[in-house]
Amino acid sequence: MDLRWTDEEKAFREEVRAFINTNLPTETRERMKMGKSPTKAQVVQWQQILNKRGWAAPEWPKEHGGPGWTTAQRYIFREELMLAPAPSPLGFNINMCGPVIIAFGNAEQKARFLPRMLNLDDWWCQGFSEPGAGSDLAGLKTRAVKEGDFWVVNGQKTWTTLAQHADWIFLLVRTDPNAKKQEGISFLLVDMKTPGITVRPIITIEGGHEVNEVFFDDVKVPAENLVGTENRGWDCAKYLLGNERFGQARVGASRERIARLKKIAAETYDGGKPLTQDIGFMTKVTEIEVELQALEMTVMRVIATAMKNPGSNKPDPTTSVLKIKGTEIQQGVSEMLMKAAGPYAWVDGDPDMEGGSDQVVAEDPDIAPDWAFGLAGVYFNWRKQSIYGGSNEIQRNIMAKAFLGL
Amino acid sequence: MDFDLSEDQRLLQDSISRLLGDKYGFENRKAYLKTAEGWSAEMWAAYAELGLLGLPFAEAEGGFGGGPEETMLVAEQMGRHITLEPWFTTVVLGGGFLRHGASAAQRAAVVPKLAEGKLKLAFAHTERQSRYDLFDVATTAKKDGAGWVLDGAKGMVIHGDSADMFVVTARTAGGQRDKSGIGVFLVDAKAAGVAVKGFATVDGQRAAQVTFSGVKLGADAVLGDADGGLPLVDRVVDEAIAALAAEAVGAMEAAHLMTLDYLKTRQQFGRTIGSFQALQHRSADMMVALEQARSMAFFGTMSAQDSDPVARRKNMAAVKVQIGRSARFVGQQTVQLHGGIAMTMEYAAGHYFKRLTANDGSFGDADHWVRVLAESGGLVAAA
Ligand SMILES: Cc1cc2nc3c(=O)[nH]c(=O)nc-3n(C[C@H](O)[C@H](O)[C@H](O)COP(=O)(O)OP(=O)(O)OC[C@H]3O[C@@H](n4cnc5c(N)ncnc54)[C@H](O)[C@@H]3O)c2cc1C
Repeated sequence: MDLRWTDEEKAFREEVRAFINTNLPTETRERMKMGKSPTKAQVVQWQQILNKRGWAAPEWPKEHGGPGWTTAQRYIFREELMLAPAPSPLGFNINMCGPVIIAFGNAEQKARFLPRMLNLDDWWCQGFSEPGAGSDLAGLKTRAVKEGDFWVVNGQKTWTTLAQHADWIFLLVRTDPNAKKQEGISFLLVDMKTPGITVRPIITIEGGHEVNEVFFDDVKVPAENLVGTENRGWDCAKYLLGNERFGQARVGASRERIARLKKIAAETYDGGKPLTQDIGFMTKVTEIEVELQALEMTVMRVIATAMKNPGSNKPDPTTSVLKIKGTEIQQGVSEMLMKAAGPYAWVDGDPDMEGGSDQVVAEDPDIAPDWAFGLAGVYFNWRKQSIYGGSNEIQRNIMAKAFLGL
Repeated sequence: MDFDLSEDQRLLQDSISRLLGDKYGFENRKAYLKTAEGWSAEMWAAYAELGLLGLPFAEAEGGFGGGPEETMLVAEQMGRHITLEPWFTTVVLGGGFLRHGASAAQRAAVVPKLAEGKLKLAFAHTERQSRYDLFDVATTAKKDGAGWVLDGAKGMVIHGDSADMFVVTARTAGGQRDKSGIGVFLVDAKAAGVAVKGFATVDGQRAAQVTFSGVKLGADAVLGDADGGLPLVDRVVDEAIAALAAEAVGAMEAAHLMTLDYLKTRQQFGRTIGSFQALQHRSADMMVALEQARSMAFFGTMSAQDSDPVARRKNMAAVKVQIGRSARFVGQQTVQLHGGIAMTMEYAAGHYFKRLTANDGSFGDADHWVRVLAESGGLVAAA
């Protein structure tokens, strides 16, 4: 056992950091430093910069445009992005749909979609959840019926994140209504410009437009857009959701936010002294930091296991630990940021996500310090983290059933 | 001790609960939010008619003659419907200053109009540096002949954009964090030199940034002792904390019931989600939090009447802590147990969560008050 980073890994970290410092647009970094999500244009611009360097998809195999990194390098790279902070490669493309196409898709699909995913020429979105199929995803009802060379899709998806930006959507559809729940589902790729698709915004509680309802009314999808085997789409979904969970730890992002929180706390006075000298406040922050340190080591252990068994698709029970703890920590940090802002957290600021909100006020420095705008909004918005990606209750069910034998 | 309502109290509770039941459904509230004021003038008139605006004032002065228990009952109903009107700022805060700080003449000039719904008040105290310390006051009131001149800026003045008059804390003597040398002034919102910049807050309320530049005030603008206003402020805020506690209990109860209803109707995996034991236990824990809060709201209403400011402050700190902790748990779990639907503007659950979070933040959150209470030795004396 040697728990330290190797010299090569340390050198790699330096290389990544230097690249980010030289190439990350200042505006993007400044916006993200204020705790806001990058705009669509900023995400696209940055991913194209990474792609030029060959770093757009840390986890992809070399033959499909990945950098060929070890698991440790991938982790270091992603952590450096979060610490910068810089946008992560678009998850829908790089961590969700891309890997499914690589694992289950045919040669034509790989050639057609993967390069455009890497370069973010196409923005993808995830069409899994439906009004009646949330935690019980396999209960989905959106139908696809084969008619000649087409699948005709009818139904509704919901909670579709950033569908308003999307060029393509990957769908779970029911192709055999008579089979057992999980056995009649297929994985379908759909061009958002196809006639019959309607996107309707859902405004979230902090005022942002980040999710949507997507309606399908006799949408004709070419048969060749089905990934993998007809009625075996659940395999793709399970594979994808396992990857999604792993990505929820976001240790670097929490570390960056805690650093910012401490800077704010040092400049914010409560009871005549800075919050950094308020033992109650700092105890809470420190408890989160300790959990974060433990989580980081858990991530390392998962990575080490993965490095020993490359290519293994066996579900690792610790991914549920990562999801539960990672989201609890992020939610905890967002709460402490809101509390640090005190009364000024309450100004209805620019919401977390760009897009049409109906009640955004301009950030007027007379009203509140610039760093405080929207902090309550971020706290409200981040309650989503314990709901999506398999809710934290569902994670516990998975652990109890699949690993604890209960 | 008697927790049962009197006949009059039950009547009051029934009438307001009927009014809000009829006129303050979630869809009504959405419509009120969309108006320019961000609340309903029609409801304001209805409150006046029911006596809710004159509630705490003596009948002889044009009021309804209610006591702290009546305020508690009304605040709880307001919380159930997460109402948007400036009732709390006008009647509880503004009314508190009038009852405890104003002379009979000052009250006569304001209370009748207030009770009729023709005059709204807001309490301007927060400054950029002050956070939750009510005595941290940089705004100045300088003697000017018989009157005063007011200069300074107040932030996050809740309902400051609809107020006709402000109750303003200002320094008449001493340094910025001195506990003496603070005066409380009644200032006309239309007076020359008053600038009001309104905005929305995340929980759907309104607030304003209010600046005072060389505002000339008469001798009769000061409420009580011009150099010794802090005890008045503390007393009024302690009453406000009791009302906020009751409001939070109303909101928690509504959120809890709404969640319970959802658990009994939402189907996943071919059964209602309320059949999952993990959620049953969570819902039971929400009820535990609610009942602890309800008890603490009673304690708050009882304690706010204590004439010993030191004992009273400790007890009100305890109220803030329990209410804040319960509101946080109930609010967060309301969202969690609903799943995605509670994350949307179109659905009520998230609005309760936001209001409960903001309620905790009002006049200092639970973390602030647990520190204050711990530093003062807690509630139980050492053996
Ligand atoms: C902001 C946001 C963005 C999203 N983005 C996307 C997206 O891009 N694409 C997409 O497809 N989906 C997306 N989702 C949907 C997300 O995956 C679902 O919200 C999630 O699966 C939960 O489903 P639900 O909201 O219907 O809640 P429900 O499934 O109805 O759950 C309600 C409550 O019941 C609990 N529960 C359910 N079953 C059990 C059980 N068996 N045992 C114990 N507790 C249980 C849940 O944990 C939750 O607390 C997003 C959601 C949000 C909020």
